[in-house]
Amino acid sequence: MQRRSGLVLTLIAAIVLAAGLPATAQETPRRGGELTFVVPSQPPTYDGHQEETFGLIHPVAPHYNTLLRVDPTDKTGTKPVGDLAESWTISKDGLVYTFKLRHGVKFHDGSDMTSKDVKASYDKIMKPPAGVKSLRAVAYQTVTSVEAPDPHTVVFKLKWPESSFLLNLASPWNFIYKADIIAKDPKWYETNVMGTGPFTFVEHVKGSHWVGKKNPNYWDKGKPYLDGYRAIFISASAAQVAAIRGERAHIQFRGFSPPERDQLVQALGNKITVQESPWDCLNFVSFHHEKKPFDDKRVRRALSLALDRYAGAAALSKITIVKEVGGVQVPGTPYATPPAELEKLAGYGKDINKNRAEAKRLLKEAGVPDGFSFTFKNRGIPHPYEPVGIWLIDQWRQIGLNVKQEFIEASAYHPMLKRGDFEVAMDFQCGFIVEPDLDLVRFVSTSDANYGRHKDAVIDDLYSRQARATDIEERKKVIRQLEKRLLDDEAHVAYTIQWNRIIPHSSKVKGWTITPSHYLNNQLDAVWLAE
Amino acid sequence: MLKYLTKRFFLMFPTLLGVAIVTFFLIRVIPGDVVELRMGGESGAVSQEMLAKERARFGLDQPLWKQFVVWVGGVARLDFGRSMWTGAPIWEEIKLRLSLSLQVAIMATVVAVLLAIPLGVLAALKQDTWVDYAVRIFSIAGLATPSFWLGIVFILMLLIVFKWLPPMVYTPFWQNPWQNMQQLIWPALAVGYRYSAVATRMTRSAMLEVLREDYIRTARAKGLVQKLILSRHALKNAMLPVMTVVALEFAFLIGGLVVTEQVFNLNGLGLLFVQAVAHRDYTLIQALVMLVSGCFIVVNFVMDIMYAYLDPRIRYR
Amino acid sequence: MALARPLETVEAPPAQSGWLATSVEFCRRRPLGAVGAAIIVVMFVVALAAPVLAPYDPQLVDFAAMLARPSPAHWLGTDSFGRDVLSRLIYGSRTALIVGFVSAFVGATLGAVLGVGSAYFGGRVDLYMQRLMDIFISFPLIILALALVAILGNSIPNLITAITVPMIPRCALVIRSSALSIREMPYVDAARAAGFGHSRIILRHMLPNVMAPYLIMVTAFLGQAILLEASLSFLGLGVQEPLPAWGLMLRGAAVEFAEAAPWMAIFPGVAISLSVFAFNLFGDSLRDALDPRLRTQ
Repeated sequence: MQRRSGLVLTLIAAIVLAAGLPATAQETPRRGGELTFVVPSQPPTYDGHQEETFGLIHPVAPHYNTLLRVDPTDKTGTKPVGDLAESWTISKDGLVYTFKLRHGVKFHDGSDMTSKDVKASYDKIMKPPAGVKSLRAVAYQTVTSVEAPDPHTVVFKLKWPESSFLLNLASPWNFIYKADIIAKDPKWYETNVMGTGPFTFVEHVKGSHWVGKKNPNYWDKGKPYLDGYRAIFISASAAQVAAIRGERAHIQFRGFSPPERDQLVQALGNKITVQESPWDCLNFVSFHHEKKPFDDKRVRRALSLALDRYAGAAALSKITIVKEVGGVQVPGTPYATPPAELEKLAGYGKDINKNRAEAKRLLKEAGVPDGFSFTFKNRGIPHPYEPVGIWLIDQWRQIGLNVKQEFIEASAYHPMLKRGDFEVAMDFQCGFIVEPDLDLVRFVSTSDANYGRHKDAVIDDLYSRQARATDIEERKKVIRQLEKRLLDDEAHVAYTIQWNRIIPHSSKVKGWTITPSHYLNNQLDAVWLAE
Repeated sequence: MLKYLTKRFFLMFPTLLGVAIVTFFLIRVIPGDVVELRMGGESGAVSQEMLAKERARFGLDQPLWKQFVVWVGGVARLDFGRSMWTGAPIWEEIKLRLSLSLQVAIMATVVAVLLAIPLGVLAALKQDTWVDYAVRIFSIAGLATPSFWLGIVFILMLLIVFKWLPPMVYTPFWQNPWQNMQQLIWPALAVGYRYSAVATRMTRSAMLEVLREDYIRTARAKGLVQKLILSRHALKNAMLPVMTVVALEFAFLIGGLVVTEQVFNLNGLGLLFVQAVAHRDYTLIQALVMLVSGCFIVVNFVMDIMYAYLDPRIRYR
Repeated sequence: MALARPLETVEAPPAQSGWLATSVEFCRRRPLGAVGAAIIVVMFVVALAAPVLAPYDPQLVDFAAMLARPSPAHWLGTDSFGRDVLSRLIYGSRTALIVGFVSAFVGATLGAVLGVGSAYFGGRVDLYMQRLMDIFISFPLIILALALVAILGNSIPNLITAITVPMIPRCALVIRSSALSIREMPYVDAARAAGFGHSRIILRHMLPNVMAPYLIMVTAFLGQAILLEASLSFLGLGVQEPLPAWGLMLRGAAVEFAEAAPWMAIFPGVAISLSVFAFNLFGDSLRDALDPRLRTQ
């Protein structure tokens, strides 16, 4: 009798012990704590529909939901998943998108969220009322109407099929607002917050900080894990690093430079975790096609051939926020050209001496004398514009060119580009989501952002073909052709090196995955703080 | 004297108006405008009509003189308008930053005066001795060191040696004096050391001048203890030029600490100004310049009053 | 608002002494000023002999040697591009001296001209000139410089302009108050009564007597100009990469690598401080020497 009960007891003890053992594969999120993070820039207003600085996204996004969002656990940042949308269907011809909304979602004031709120928000984005501006209206030109047939269904009707439409709807800027408020005062959201998101608004002290508190009635039961968050505005990067180093802040969601990362790792050891990812941003050299000698494609090609991208990437990745050599899409994303293919393009070959000899030959053929001098205009921002600029000038020196660099203050830069007041200038291709439609539209001849003023009907055609391609492999092929035409055949621009996003953060921060965009994954619903 | 003072009082207004005009037209010459920056931002691609509509909303499409008249009219009513970047009233933007800048300026001035007066007097008394040299080297070193370099060194030292960082967020003095001091004492010291240099030099030369005055010699001849002579006669008369210098430097501290604020991460007027220029926020820039210049002009006038009172040549005009 | 202190005429040195004797006297009586002067002379020599003294081309990028610590190959180490810090420092002295001297001299001279003219002609001219100067003085130095660089663009001539402009009114006011006191002197009235023209009176009587404050202003401005250039370069508005300039060397990378490669930030900072220090020391002693009321008996 005693032996049997002893056995049972041991069994029970074993079961109890096994249940209490922490799962080694997956940590269980701890509830509680306030996440403190640093934001380098401030929100001008609170309305996501009319701003496009990360200074708004970082502190404000946790108060809202969007219809779709980019999967926060996906490192490439290209997968749309439902946020307020539970499921959706797309018609066969790709012209009707039907979304089923979740039930039981409430705004922070207790009222229910229904399809009319989604409709009102998208109407505001696509056709803003007078006096209100919307930056992203042009992205929805294919939409004829948004309808709300019942309280939990939203229907989008399109004029033509668009392969990037779902990602478009996953834009982190498309906050879902309350229809009643928009109807009463469409400008209310510029200075107020009312959303359905995981955190409610507590306070904003201008120039100083922003505080949010856990939403106890959040529709995603069990989330958020945090009790609240505090965003502190610090503009100087040395001060931001000091804040994390002094353990006053946990994380900064934009990115730090390699020496700043090294400083933190050295000072804090394993109290710091570093996440890195290619960034959806890249600098390229823009040539003014209406100014001699840059109207000659041999000259443009030569300037691209002169760049030893691989050696440059290796060296520059130690001092600034660039790392990988890429083409028109962020390396590692679905439509990016594999490195072996990339090497075939002009300037991407590994034999730099051969490339430079070819460059010199092309210059001579085009009639450009040795020691030829021109001015390279660059944007006055420390990372990575300045170091990449210095590198470019040194590379061009190797083929006998004498280049002067002129830095234009950041705020005066775009007016300068728009006026066409340059011969060769640094431009950038940045997006908030990795999507060829968004990344490549600037190279279309009629684009407002085509500062180099090239006119290439082939590229225009290739662009619209890839935008309407429904088959992924077909789309990849077209994008490769566009890339070849842009960088190799015509050398309209010369790409430099892909930016590298470096986020060293306190090891206590869990549940946050880095993506190529600093506009994504900022709702903080899945983030938690370990002890 | 009254006539002199009234004249100086009324002269303040054309000066203020002059500052307003120069600022207004100077910033509009800088390329780039707020509408473009707001809407174009990082991608820079926005339709022309949207830009035009926004410009009209701000009144930027009106002829310049008209915009100026509208603005000056507002200022006369003490309505500085709204920030073009955030849409909030100007006073709201400035309020918090003003209290911080003001506090740093006051604290820095206190540090400067506490350093300058004893050191300056000492150097004057012991002119051309090693004490004099030491004081002069110390104070000139303060002038020579770039403030941002000093600030960086400060913060690094605090972090590496003491493993401590000042608070990042500003708490007003009446809310939490201890935390407030923790944050602001460092920039106050850095800035105060710099400004003490000018005041030390002025104190020293003013003291030297006064020590040679006849009435001092008479007092010495009468056999009074040197200390008494100093405290009653010399110091009082030496104070006037010193106070002038201190007051003027104080006026500049209000908006001029651009680099220091960046290094110490202070949410002050200098940083606000740099951001306003980067944003081409005309209304905010104009308001800030008027504030800083107004400060300077008023301090100047107060100095005029004191001089008028104390300098007999003007007093009995 | 300046206190009008009458300045006695500067006594002309005895004919036999000449420049050498005065200099030696200066060094003996004012050792601090002598030290300052010595440093300035060294700076000049370094700047002039830069191509000879600098071991490397200051713009030579050498990634293999990036962030190297001071060693026989690179006496002061290298920066984040592998450029030799010593060479950049030496060539940077050229930028500092050019920007400093041109700004200070042009600013002080223009200011002196305006100040003397304003004092001499008096009346309406004086009133308007004073108002104009007051307006520009109300702007803090760095704010005016910021605006000018934003308008004119980034280049060394524009930088010099941006630094010179705020200095003109400051000099004008100081010179004006000196000149005012001279104007009241009886011999000026006598000269006018004798029928001498304006320019003659200004050149022969007024200008020599404002030499002292003029020289003092120049030395004060020199130090300030170098500091202002450093601040503007630090903010990104001054000299542009890849040109070597001390303030520029302190920007960005130097701060980020402050712990890993402190030589990047220390040496330019020392160079700036030392040169401003020298100019101020020399200017201070100069003021003592020239202002007769401060001479020790």
